[in-house]
Formats: sequence, C-alpha cells, structure tokens
Amino acid sequence: MVEVALRNVTKVYPGGVTAVRDVSFTIPDGQFCVLVGPSGCGKSTLLRMVAGLETITGGEVALGSEVVNAREPADRDIAMVFQNYALYPHMSVYDNMAYGLRNRRVPKGEIDRRVREAAKTLEIAALLDRKPRALSGGQRQRVAMGRAIVRQPKAFLFDEPLSNLDAKLRVSMRVEIRKLQRAFATTSIYVTHDQLEAMTLADLLVVMNAGQVEQIGAPLDVYEKPASTFVAAFIGAPAMNLLAVTAAEAASMAPGRAVPSEGAFIGVRPDDLKLDGSHPGPPAGLALDLAVTAVERVGPESFVYGSPTVGRGEIIVRVPGTSAPALGDRIRALAAPDRLHLFSMAGWRLSA
Amino acid sequence: MQTKRVTFGGYGVPALLVAPQLAVTLVFFIWPASQALYQSVLQQDPFGLKTEFVGLANFRRVLADPAYLDSFAITAVFSLVVAAIALGVALLLAAMADWVIRGATAYTTLLIWPYAVAPAIAGVLWWFLFHPTIGIFAYVLSRFGIAWNHLLDARQAFLLIVIAAAWKQVSYNFVFFLAGLQSIPRSLIEAAAIDGAGPVRRFRTIILPLIGPTTFFLLVVNIVYAFFDTFGIVHATTGGGPGTATTILVYKVFRDGFEALDLGGSAVQSVVLMAVVVALTLVQFRFIERRVHY
Ligand SMILES: Nc1ncnc2c1ncn2[C@@H]1O[C@H](COP(=O)(O)OP(=O)(O)OP(=O)(O)O)[C@@H](O)[C@H]1O
Ligand SMILES: [Mg+2]
Repeated sequence: MVEVALRNVTKVYPGGVTAVRDVSFTIPDGQFCVLVGPSGCGKSTLLRMVAGLETITGGEVALGSEVVNAREPADRDIAMVFQNYALYPHMSVYDNMAYGLRNRRVPKGEIDRRVREAAKTLEIAALLDRKPRALSGGQRQRVAMGRAIVRQPKAFLFDEPLSNLDAKLRVSMRVEIRKLQRAFATTSIYVTHDQLEAMTLADLLVVMNAGQVEQIGAPLDVYEKPASTFVAAFIGAPAMNLLAVTAAEAASMAPGRAVPSEGAFIGVRPDDLKLDGSHPGPPAGLALDLAVTAVERVGPESFVYGSPTVGRGEIIVRVPGTSAPALGDRIRALAAPDRLHLFSMAGWRLSA
Repeated sequence: MQTKRVTFGGYGVPALLVAPQLAVTLVFFIWPASQALYQSVLQQDPFGLKTEFVGLANFRRVLADPAYLDSFAITAVFSLVVAAIALGVALLLAAMADWVIRGATAYTTLLIWPYAVAPAIAGVLWWFLFHPTIGIFAYVLSRFGIAWNHLLDARQAFLLIVIAAAWKQVSYNFVFFLAGLQSIPRSLIEAAAIDGAGPVRRFRTIILPLIGPTTFFLLVVNIVYAFFDTFGIVHATTGGGPGTATTILVYKVFRDGFEALDLGGSAVQSVVLMAVVVALTLVQFRFIERRVHY
C-alpha cells in the first residue's frame, strides 16, 4: 500500500529492441492503474520491470519512497497475477496460496487463517485440497487471485489476467477484481489490450503506443479528450471516425478554432453522429451524406456503416434501438461543432 | 489422439513391416536369452565333451558362492554411485545451461558427445588419463602428493571405473534434464521468485518436484546402464582387478564363462542379471503409469 512511481524508465532488450522508452508517471497510493495499448507496445515489459522480472535499462522504479531498481522480486513485496495463472501444478490450492507466506516465515496459524479467509472471499473454500489440473479456468483464475491477496503486498500487478476466460466470466471477474481492489485499497497496475476492461477498471488510465506513453488520465477524460488520433482510435468501441480535411473545411465545421494551414483530422465518435434525413444541416458542424454499406444490430443499439458520397473512408454511426436504416439507403449524419475533435496532420490534438 | 488411422487389409503388409524388428529381436535377444536359460541348468566337463542336466544345482552353487555375493555387492555400490554422480553432475550442468542460455544449442551439442563414445573407447581414454606412468591426471595428482596407481590400489581402481562410467552417462542425463527443465513454464519460476523464494528454495520446492518423473526414469536407466553397459569400461581400464575389486557382475559373467569356462555358472549369472533388468523395467513401467501426469 504505497505510491508507485516510474521515472524516465527505459528498457532495451539484449537484441537491441527498445521496448519501453522514457516512461514517467506516478500512481497514487491505493489507486488502480491500467496500462492499455496494442500488442507489442511494451505493457508487459513495463509491468515486469516493476515486478523485478526484467532489469531496468534506464530510469527508476520506486515503491513508496524507496527506489527498487536493484531489488530482487522477492524483496519488493509485490504480488503478480499472470495471464496463464502460473499455479504450481504439484501443489494443492491451499499450498499454492500458502507458498508465499511460508517463504516469508509467517507463523503457521496466521497462514491458515489468511488462506481460509481469502478462499472464503473468493468462494474457493471447497477447492482447497484440489490440484490446479482439477480446476476450471475460472477457478484457476480465482486461485491466482487468492495467491496474490493472502500476501497482503504493497502492490498488485496483473498481466492480462482475464484474457483466457470466456466473455461472460470475464465480465464477472472484472467486476470482482475491482471490488477486491477497492476493499483492500492496494495500489494496482493492470495490463490489458481490451479497452473496455481499461475503461471500467481504471482510476488512472495509461495509454501506451510503441514503448511510449501516449496519454495519462482518468478514463473519461481520456475518452472525451483523446490526446492523439492513436488514443482516439484505440479508446472507445466502435472507434472514433477520423476524416482528413482541408483547413477551409475544418474552419467551416468548427468555427472559431485555430486550424493549421496544411489541414487537419476531424474526429467524431459514432455516438455523436445523429441521423436526420430531412434536416438541411446545422450552420456549423459536420454533415455527412452516406450510402449505407452495412448494419450491425446489437439489440439496444445498431451500428450503421456508410461510405461518404463525397470523399473516402468509412463512417460508423451509432443508432439507438433497432430502427436503423436498411442497406443501400442514403442517409445524412450530423454532429454538433462541440462534438468534433481536431487533430493536427501529425496526429496530435489541437487544443480546445 | 487426433492421428488418422490407417488400415491395411489382411496381415501381409503389417507382418512384412514388423518382420525386421522381430528378426533382430529373435536373433540378438530371444535366442541368446533362451540359450542362457538352457545352459544354466546344464553342466559341461572342462573339455566340452560331455554335458549333463543338473537342474537347479548351478543356481545353488552360484548363489552360495561368496565371490559371487561379493561381486553383487560391488555392483550394487558401483551402480548407485555411478547413478548418483551421473545424475547429480548432469542436473547441475543442465540447470546452469537452462539458466544461462535458454535455447542455445552449441553447448548442448558439445555435452552430448560423450554419449556417442563406445564404452571400450571411453575406458581406454580414462585408462590413458589415469595411467600411473603416462597418464596426465596421475601426474597432476602426484604433484598434489597423491600417489595414483589403480593397478595396485583397489579403491582407486573402483574410483576409476566409477568416473569413466559416470562421465559417459552424464551427457545422456543432461539432455533429459535440460528438456525437463525447459518444459517448466518460465512464469512458474517467476511466480515463485515473486512469492519470495530464492534460487535454492525455488530449485528445491518447484523445479525438483516438477522434474521428479524425469529423475526417476533416469535413475532406473542409469542403474540398468551401470549394471549392464559398463563391461567395455571395466575391460579396458582395470580388467576387473586388482584382484576382484572391480569385478562387477557383467564382468564376472565373462570371466567365469570365457576365462574359467564355467558355462553353467556363467549362464546362471546371466539369468540373474536378466531377472534384475526385468524387475527394474517393471518398476519403471508401474511408476510411469502412475506418476507421469500432473
Ligand atoms: N525477452 C525479450 N527479448 C527481446 N525482445 C523482447 C523480449 N520480450 C519482449 N520483447 C519485445 O519488446 C516489445 C514489447 O513487448 P511486450 O511483451 O512488453 O509487449 P506487450 O505490450 O505486453 O504485448 P502483448 O499485448 O502482446 O502482451 C515487443 O516488440 C517484443 O517483441
Ligand atoms: Mg504482454
């Protein structure tokens, strides 16, 4: 239960691959930090450096007031949940959970108390004598969680702990992990490439791209003010629509905002586009004439895919309910000027 | 098993395909073994002119012979020591190889070479290295004030065959241990490290139990090897001497049969050895059936 700080952390693997480049951020005590980004962007590497499983090429990792760069994983007092759970196959569930406590010479009675308590919290009390091979995926996941919480560590680290579960279980475990973390108020770092997990779990969301931090913030801030086209496309599903426009077009759509002369990207979320067949279009803002190419009916909402009648690319519009237009229909999608995001041609957010 | 089942009509093709294997087994295993069994109940006069059926008399004679029991004891100690050294050294090397260079094969290839050396060649090699007058090791030892002469000193002779036999087996064990170690998921070791276990504790509580089945398999293989495959080594280094200090069972079979020409007694010893190997193999099968799955 400490603050976790990363200062200019860099990792270069022996082969010369720079997996993490100059990453700095601080996770306040007790907060849930989610690292999110596409495959290969260095999330696991960063997490493993905090755990002590990878050496740190440059910069500092601090747990509380102490820089732990040179500390063995055993001496960092952190717990980690692995993607494949990494349960010891030759030990019972009880021994799996007790192992870390025995290594730290916790008295027997105390071990027993903590293991049984954790087992009760996680509803695996009936499984304590089983070997991991006799458990389902979800039960293994719980044991892995149990192994982490009995230790009462300074911080929890999770590396895609839910990615081996089926969709339903993933949702319920997600909720449960959040509840547990709140209950223990233990500083946590959680790695995922699932933006929904990231949005729902995080106090602090760190979006990574190619070894660097692209944006840090509260999930809704990141969602509402993405710092770059990368974040805009990565956070939110379906992804934000991005259109390359000239400076003049941008100025008419979003009046009063400074646009560089070479043009810009206009971004608009599928939720912020409204269908209106009759409306002539607002004086400012975005109006797109689309030919419907595909419709996905999810139930409470439908996603309409259309290609603009002028220009190129594909636009996604979210339509509430099931009253979506049919394939081949011509529709007009509108967005108010304050719902538009502006990015430079290099992909960075233009302020306001 | 998802393999596609291929079916042959009739017995012609399958019979043809297994025939070579059957022939080899018959000629080189079943036939000699049955000969040994047959010989073990016969007694032949020294000139090989007259042979008579004596029932179990040969067995009674051999099993009551103090020299035989002595050889049995020597063999038991020999095989256990060889197995212990060969397993220990191999595990140490494999653990280091696994630690330093996961996946690199050059080192592994180098270490497998001794296994490809014929026992007699290995014997000659070590005989040469430890030769009291021309051997480099004997020379180095003498520099440290140790007089090495395995031709006279029974303990040194025993040590010599142990070293030679273990050296040859280390590489075989190494390959199995390395494969065993590499099949342990890295995340298990990492989880144990985070759980506060240092390298020694990880080795004892995680790695050893997980390679337990491999170790047991190798133990049996090594004992069988020390019992049966070390004839060449003994023959090329000590010739069973000094006296009978290094006369292990396989060597005694040869000595009694081909030098002392006691064919009946020698055959009895072969039969006993066969019984030992069958027993060890059965233990092996039972154990593997029960314990190999986690
Ligand atoms: N041991 C290693 N040696 C060399 N390069 C490595 C090593 N481990 C990872 N890398 C490289 O470092 C980069 C980051 O890898 P990392 O595992 O941190 O990605 P990730 O964000 O966790 O991806 P994923 O979502 O697929 O797990 C990748 O380009 C990867 O190829
Ligand atoms: Mg990863």
